Amino acid sequence: MIKIENLKKKFDKNEALKGVSLTLGEGTVAAVMGPNGSGKTTMLKCILGLVKADSGSIYVNDCHVNGECEYRKHIGYMPQYSCFPENLKVKEVMAMIKDIRGNNCTYDEELLEKLKIAEMNDKQIGQLSGGMKQRVSSAAAFLFGGDIIILDEPTAGLDPVSSEIVKNKILAEKAKGKLIIITSHIVSEVEAMADRIIYMLEGKIYFDSTKDELYSTTGKGNLNQAIASLIETAESEGKN
Amino acid sequence: MTTLKILKYVLYDVLRSKMIIIYTLLLFAISFGIIYTGKDVSKAVISLLNIVLLVVPLVSIIFGTIHFYNSKEFMEMLLAMPVKRKNIFWAEYAGLSAALAAGFVLGTGLPLLLYGGAKGSFYLLLSGVFLTFIFTALAFLASVINKDKAKGIGISLVVWFYMSVIFDALVLVLYFVFSSYPLEKATIIVSALNPVDLARILILLKLDVSALMGYTGATLQQFFGSAFGILFSMGFLFLWVLMPTLLALSVFNRKNF
Repeated sequence: MIKIENLKKKFDKNEALKGVSLTLGEGTVAAVMGPNGSGKTTMLKCILGLVKADSGSIYVNDCHVNGECEYRKHIGYMPQYSCFPENLKVKEVMAMIKDIRGNNCTYDEELLEKLKIAEMNDKQIGQLSGGMKQRVSSAAAFLFGGDIIILDEPTAGLDPVSSEIVKNKILAEKAKGKLIIITSHIVSEVEAMADRIIYMLEGKIYFDSTKDELYSTTGKGNLNQAIASLIETAESEGKN
Repeated sequence: MTTLKILKYVLYDVLRSKMIIIYTLLLFAISFGIIYTGKDVSKAVISLLNIVLLVVPLVSIIFGTIHFYNSKEFMEMLLAMPVKRKNIFWAEYAGLSAALAAGFVLGTGLPLLLYGGAKGSFYLLLSGVFLTFIFTALAFLASVINKDKAKGIGISLVVWFYMSVIFDALVLVLYFVFSSYPLEKATIIVSALNPVDLARILILLKLDVSALMGYTGATLQQFFGSAFGILFSMGFLFLWVLMPTLLALSVFNRKNF
């Protein structure tokens, strides 16, 4: 579904991506992890076309990402922070997404109901709390049923009930054969949902494998300890 | 088509903005106040000229810059959809400029209309609309080049100050230094380099007060008063809209969000 080949990106002197290669297939929840500044967001933004890579290639459903926008009809995206104009009403935001995506898509009205979006319909985005905005944002990402869903810190700011709805939705979409990419610092959340861990460090993929492989490689029994062990190893390698 | 779809929602957002509503009401109150107290609509147009030349560029460039930075995340969200970058840019630019221009035309034009209008009113409104589109384009250019909001607003303020104040001082120095040369034609060319100057000359000449400007004024009257002069000034004002807009679009198309 997504193939990245030797992706490089530099911001002034800062090398954000140093030749990242990655292949992600359907029916997977892939968690992209790593410390701040490791290149997670830059990589995701390159896939979305928000950041233009210096070199390397990205293919989404065999379509080469080179400035065209059509491939993005397969992608649903939830940014870390809600991003809708303050003076738009919730129903207008939903109508806008439908307007832009077109009438050929099927819309997940059930999720709108579960996240109680209808209750907020007539409220302006500026009147909503942070958590409510995130509910709207997550509903918008899943609304049109894309094959690939990219979620940046999907449960940050959500109340426990909404967080659970979103987690269940992620697992249900995975069961349907979709590819879901999440970034998260909440290890328990990643452990519960992801079946593949991509750990990034200083613009490179330091570790990319399934959870089980990660446990066996590090010799640890849970993700928290396994990641801590990874970081320690990386730091000691850096010193040497 | 996609631009129009996005434009609709940009307009919903901007027209509900408190800033636009306050801007319109403030212009209405000032215009109405000037005309009501002066009793003479023709003289009021000259007073309103200063508002058009100072306030419209300032509000357009500052509000345009703030709007661009505040819409950055929204643009990112739109860019993650099957939408071309140029569609997003045109929708944002057209939506904001049109809303600001509508606020200006309503706020300034309505009191003039209520008092029956005056000579030069049309050119006053037209110049205001041009300046709105020009300074919103300059705001977008300053914002798209700089990632930092404070820096973007700072550059916008400097651009406004340069065009509204410093440029005139530089022109005066130029005229003083070369006072022994015939400068009439040079005046016309120099005026085209600043949209605020272009708008000022256009309105003043339509108000028949150019006689106060001496021989140069008479030359300008002869030039700008003619059909060619009007085409010349409109053409340059249009170029002033086009150039920063296309430049900003070109940077926007390559920008890393």
